[in-house]
Amino acid sequence: MLTQVQRLGRGGIRKLLIVGDAGIVLVQTLFRFPKLAKSFPLLLKQLYAIGVFSLPIIIVSGLFIGMVVALQGYNVLVKFSASAELGQLVALSVVRELGPVVTALLFAGRACSAMTAEISLMKTTEQLASMEMMGVDPLWYVISPRFWAGFISLPLLTLIFSTVAIFGGYAMGVHWLGVDNGGFWNNMQGAVDFRLDIVNGIIKSLVFAFIVTWIAVYQGIRSVPTAEGIGLATTRTVVWASLAVLGFDFVLTALMMGGW
Amino acid sequence: MIKLAETLVGLFVLAAVACLFFLAFKVSGLSSYHQSNSYELTAAFDNIGDLKPRAAVSMAGVKIGQVTAIRLDTKTYQAVVTLRIAKNESIPEDSSASIVTAGLLGANYISLTPGFSDQYFSNGGTITDTHPAILLEDMIGQLLFSMKKDDSKTDDGSDASTNTAVTSTAVSS
Repeated sequence: MLTQVQRLGRGGIRKLLIVGDAGIVLVQTLFRFPKLAKSFPLLLKQLYAIGVFSLPIIIVSGLFIGMVVALQGYNVLVKFSASAELGQLVALSVVRELGPVVTALLFAGRACSAMTAEISLMKTTEQLASMEMMGVDPLWYVISPRFWAGFISLPLLTLIFSTVAIFGGYAMGVHWLGVDNGGFWNNMQGAVDFRLDIVNGIIKSLVFAFIVTWIAVYQGIRSVPTAEGIGLATTRTVVWASLAVLGFDFVLTALMMGGW
Repeated sequence: MIKLAETLVGLFVLAAVACLFFLAFKVSGLSSYHQSNSYELTAAFDNIGDLKPRAAVSMAGVKIGQVTAIRLDTKTYQAVVTLRIAKNESIPEDSSASIVTAGLLGANYISLTPGFSDQYFSNGGTITDTHPAILLEDMIGQLLFSMKKDDSKTDDGSDASTNTAVTSTAVSS
């Protein structure tokens, strides 16, 4: 009985240590801009690898999600002969929830897993250690550009995702299901508020971007330097990032709906 | 290679900014009514029903403005609604305002009926001729009540049928 309690306490302390350690890594990463002119090309390269290469999956899945929401929503709305409200349904569900959350989940699977695998392989093959030997700070050269690139990319990807999804819903609703074009956009504009819906969606995606890239970078830099360790770190990144996105989505929605 | 990467990153950022503009103006209709290109009117209603801020203000079915604020006047116990109207829409001073519903279950909006005056509203004007919202629930209540009364009379069905007809036209309007 007592050992059980002890184990619980030990587990808790260990988790707390991980959070503290991740915080230290974060602070060290964030304040790594000693030579801005030299850092910018590194950041650009990562933006290219993380942001631009994530575009295809984001655009395709945004299109499909918009179309599915329109199709499902239409079938319900048409029962109440309120099919003109379809634009409102698609826009609100995409801008408020689906856009930030699905983009963050896709980003965690597509970009963050790669980030963790890359960093942990560098650690396993002792590239990070040899960089330090040469007097190049790996936190500045490897970690910081990846973190900032992820933090910048995800909100931009979310904006693109939401736009594409609304176009998908528009194509599905207006061109296939025959919803009135004017009613579609007019109801949407009447219901969507810039401050309450769109800005809050952007705030959400900023928070997700921060958490998701933080987890990816931390798991990479603290991975066990073995082949097994790389796999474990990558798995952990995807699992923890997805859980964190969904959990924080609830917290943020509760805060925002509560009139914050 | 680096040149291509730079170009693509630039395009990526530009695309995202374009998407933000699309979301702001096309999806949320942000541009419409600013201080500079519009003026304010107030109107006091006995009952505003389900009217919300940002509801549309229309005249002859054309949207010309929106509701910006709703508050309760504690002296008259009326709802005072602030309307923001586009500057290029001149409204005669004896126009009337009524709260109507878009469709059977749609959102409420304010419909202005033009008067015949040559004087036009300026900023801060008050619409005095107002018609309160028609509440569907009240109407159904009245309908049920009148039907019950007619059932107990049981002399002829003409009364009940006229009542029903009146209410159903009111509902559909």
